Amino acid sequence: MSVDLKPLDVAVVRQDFPLLSRILHGKPVIYLDSAVSGQMPVQAIDRMTKYQRDEHTNVHRGVSTLSQEATDFYEAAREKVRKFIGAGSIKEIVWTRGTTEAINLVAQTFGRMTVKAGDEILLSAMEHHANIVPWQMLAQEKGATIKVIPMTDDGELILDSLDELITDRTKLLGVVHVSNVLGTVNPVKEIIARAHAKGVPVLVDGAQAVPHLPVDVRDLDADFYVFSGHKLSGPTGIGVLYGKLAHLEAMPPWHGGGSMIRSVSWEKTTYLPAPGKFEAGTPPIAAAIGLGAAIDYVTALGLDRIAAHEHELLAYATERLAGLPGLRILGNAKDKASVLSFVVEGIHAHDMGSLLDGEGVVVRAGHHCAQPVMTRFCVPATTRASFAYFNTREEVDILVSAVLKAIELFK
Amino acid sequence: MTDPRELYQQVILEHNKKPRNFGKLAPCTHHAEGFNPLCGDQLDLTLVIEDGIVQDIKFQGSGCAIDTASASLMTGAVKGRPVAEAEAMAEQFRGMVRGELDPATEAPLLGKLTLFSGVKDLPSRVKCAVLPWATLHAALKGEEEASTE
Ligand SMILES: Cc1ncc(COP(=O)(O)O)c(C=O)c1O
Repeated sequence: MSVDLKPLDVAVVRQDFPLLSRILHGKPVIYLDSAVSGQMPVQAIDRMTKYQRDEHTNVHRGVSTLSQEATDFYEAAREKVRKFIGAGSIKEIVWTRGTTEAINLVAQTFGRMTVKAGDEILLSAMEHHANIVPWQMLAQEKGATIKVIPMTDDGELILDSLDELITDRTKLLGVVHVSNVLGTVNPVKEIIARAHAKGVPVLVDGAQAVPHLPVDVRDLDADFYVFSGHKLSGPTGIGVLYGKLAHLEAMPPWHGGGSMIRSVSWEKTTYLPAPGKFEAGTPPIAAAIGLGAAIDYVTALGLDRIAAHEHELLAYATERLAGLPGLRILGNAKDKASVLSFVVEGIHAHDMGSLLDGEGVVVRAGHHCAQPVMTRFCVPATTRASFAYFNTREEVDILVSAVLKAIELFK
Repeated sequence: MTDPRELYQQVILEHNKKPRNFGKLAPCTHHAEGFNPLCGDQLDLTLVIEDGIVQDIKFQGSGCAIDTASASLMTGAVKGRPVAEAEAMAEQFRGMVRGELDPATEAPLLGKLTLFSGVKDLPSRVKCAVLPWATLHAALKGEEEASTE
């Protein structure tokens, strides 16, 4: 990160987000829930609307000018994704519905192809259900087992024993880049290097990473890297599977149907090369184009500047919240991004969530689709504030006073 | 109600802090466990029913203030009542928090439990208030599990 970064002009940025001027329960909305889903800038909303109004048809269909145009926009969005994560080729960018579908795709194709009875799949202790359940389903089908990389009370992975956890039966390592509960930024580059030293491929769940820090899949040397459009200032219904071309080429297709074939006959059907063979049926075209526009938007702001701004907010919020009576922050890793989970003695997270909502402060209260993390820290649920590039210190102050008000009410 | 704070009245906060009838009856004649899969609330309800009367009832589990206070007040309200009346109360309570009946005129059995009527304006929390009653209903019916899903 360069030292002389020009800070974001947040007041200007905020004008691009219509929702931020909404009033909730008579108070201005304070959106601290970008880890659940980010807000889309008008630039991306308008781009989708324009497509829907003036340009819509299907892609990869026939010779009409409209279809060619839509295909160009759609494929241009793929190129934007490629560039955004530093992939070598657009053939390595597969559209999916989101992170969850991308992981299921890998489990059901690459996983089915490589995992046999008695094999092991190694996951970290801080995975989202999306990077647990597809592997459990595969393990059950194949008679394989799941092993877990443990973490410390601060929410950092314990990597001392990684080399022992990776055995000659390990067929895949799955790890979250940034934890959606603890905010931990995991040293995925190091983990990948150590897995590769033993010949084990790695899938990185980047759902919470791509919105907050620059990602270069080739520098990381990730075998698979997955994320969702809606957490990256884009729309729902679109996500990305990056896979190294050699893997994608070796993998069988997943869903069958139109758009993924080269030719079909009753005797023999052949498939398109990657990424086409993984993209059966009509895709969410407007969503892909919207994600492309969202990527343009965050790229123009600059991931370095975004990271710097959010980091400052996180540090400020951590310092202020940590001082409140009975409040405990979950996740105190040295390297964190944008996510702040906490519990308050005597107040259930759902009560906290409702009370904050009454103050216009939107946070997530619950298990965050990471129940093993809740179990690890012996809490039923947490309240989580997550920060984006449009949030301000004043909003953190409002969060803090709303939390304090709840604490006083429950006293 | 626009402010969720209105729901968190003193009675609810106080029952949350010091829940009545907390624990487990052993032996018991009726038992059920309630789950709220969405938020992980969990409730274990044990009853002793003799001669068609709820002689004793206890609950334990972990949940939010709405859930805990609802269970605490429910156990107090049904203890000593005929089973049929407890069932009718469960029916009225559910109708009230879903906004289907007017607490002032259509819930004669509920008494001070009408203080939960504000939950109807917090749709995401209706299940928390209902969980104890759904669990009671299951226990009375001889079912082992109740879920708010
Ligand atoms: C770390 C992580 N992985 C996976 C997911 C699942 O993403 P989606 O629901 O968009 O598929 C999320 C979103 O909650 C997440 O935070």
